[in-house]
Amino acid sequence: MKAVYILWLRQLKRYARSRARIVGSLGQPLLFLLALGFGFGPTFAKAGGGNYIQFLAPGIISMGILFTAVFSGIEIIWDRQFGFLKETLVAPVSRLHIVLGRTLGGATVALIQGVVVFVICLAVGFRFVHAPLLPVALVFMFMIAVLFTAIGTAIGSVLEDMQGFQLIMNFIVMPLFFFSNALFPVQGLPKALQFLIHLNPLTYGVDGMRGAFGTTFLFGVGTDFVVLGSLTMVLLGIGSYLFSKIQI
Amino acid sequence: MGWYVQPTVKQVAASQERLRIGSRQFRLYDVSPGDVLLPCRRNPKALSDMIDVCDLVKTFGKFCAVDHVSFSVPEGQIFGFLGPNGAGKTTTIKMLTTVLTPTSGAIRVNGYDPQRQQNQVRRSFGIVFQDPSLDSELTGWENMELHGVLYGVPSPERKERIESLFKFVELYDRRNDFVKTYSGGMKRRLEIARALLHNPKILFLDEPTIGLDPQTRNHIWSFIRSLSVEQKVTVFFTTHYMEEAERVADEVAIIDHGKIVAQDSPEALKEQTQGRSLEDAFIALTGHTLRDEEAGASEQMRMMRRVWRGR
Repeated sequence: MKAVYILWLRQLKRYARSRARIVGSLGQPLLFLLALGFGFGPTFAKAGGGNYIQFLAPGIISMGILFTAVFSGIEIIWDRQFGFLKETLVAPVSRLHIVLGRTLGGATVALIQGVVVFVICLAVGFRFVHAPLLPVALVFMFMIAVLFTAIGTAIGSVLEDMQGFQLIMNFIVMPLFFFSNALFPVQGLPKALQFLIHLNPLTYGVDGMRGAFGTTFLFGVGTDFVVLGSLTMVLLGIGSYLFSKIQI
Repeated sequence: MGWYVQPTVKQVAASQERLRIGSRQFRLYDVSPGDVLLPCRRNPKALSDMIDVCDLVKTFGKFCAVDHVSFSVPEGQIFGFLGPNGAGKTTTIKMLTTVLTPTSGAIRVNGYDPQRQQNQVRRSFGIVFQDPSLDSELTGWENMELHGVLYGVPSPERKERIESLFKFVELYDRRNDFVKTYSGGMKRRLEIARALLHNPKILFLDEPTIGLDPQTRNHIWSFIRSLSVEQKVTVFFTTHYMEEAERVADEVAIIDHGKIVAQDSPEALKEQTQGRSLEDAFIALTGHTLRDEEAGASEQMRMMRRVWRGR
């Protein structure tokens, strides 16, 4: 378990030391929050949806987490290219522990990023209803973080270099974000789109967060938790399996 | 030379743990009384020494990178594994160090099988890879600490060992600097120190002096020499620099096109080929043809790192 801890710590240290990365990865959520939040706010209110920032904020927090988490996972590719991966691969440590350490480290980084976005949302005018429910929101944030870091780890274990970067961005990360309930309500959408959104794990995370912050649940906290939890376990399993297959 | 050429057929007696062939003693693994030990080409059951490789094969598609290679390295020896580009040196090291699965053949490292007893094997060796493997966003000390924890070196001893190793490779003053500020030679020294942190029995060095200036190269080799003398560490290295191999190696194996073409002490090889230096012997054995190594992923990576890191 000490191996898990030291690899977790490594991810945190690397994050804390790269100020450019911290600021850089805040840019996109901030842009979406301000442009969409204020841009569509009046239309959303007129359509009877209420305060759009109130609706959007959990989606934007999830966006911050999603991007940071996937890229923390994909960092394996950098470790492969700059050689550090070999150091962990020849260590007498079970592959599961290596993946756990990396994934929890990446997820913690993503969670911190999510909390920072949350604070920014508060500054922009987002308000939560029940303070005692905040830890529940945190749990959902952490679950999304682990899930998407695990996806990143799985991808990073299969890819050999950054050539596939655009592919991942445009065919995995962006669709995960846009085909979820992060930006718009699911009710009343075309059936096919609704179906797609229901398959997306991010939807359950955003829904859980919305519920915990005081807006209504779409599925209910239990469903969100079970779906997200079991998917996280499955993806952790897939991630470790693919990681253990890496040969250099 | 190698035990695998012994033509004798031996039967294992009850409770027999060792086997004497000629002047050499062998430990027996995976055998029970009554087992018949054949020459290794058919039955790799009697293996000894720190590193034993028997009939090792690795193919990538149709290309045979390592072609029926056999050799053994006794405890405490400095063993040079030499060969032109793309001869199969690094592939062999990868198989010895559990990161690549052989197509066929038997390997024992410190008595363990790299495929089935991975963690025992991994604990037995320290390795300096051909390409850097440090985390440059961490300090020298943090890199060592991480290694120590991964290898389960207990805390008080860890601190002590890290400190003494930093002094040993003369990096103590720079221990709290980020690795990205180190020069190439300093990184190499740190990697050697790190490879020794968990008291391994074997040290693998894949081209440890490539790209370093003569001063640093000398420093590293005298350091490796003293390791072998003082701490009885078995050293397995590859290099392109024949004069270095000639100076430090007790025994060398020359591999070409995936096959071992000669294995002996540098002196014996010179005598055998009537060359003045090991380099003459090397060229006599491997010919003058230039080798084109396929530009694989690792070559591209080196290129990329040079572009990005200016190294």
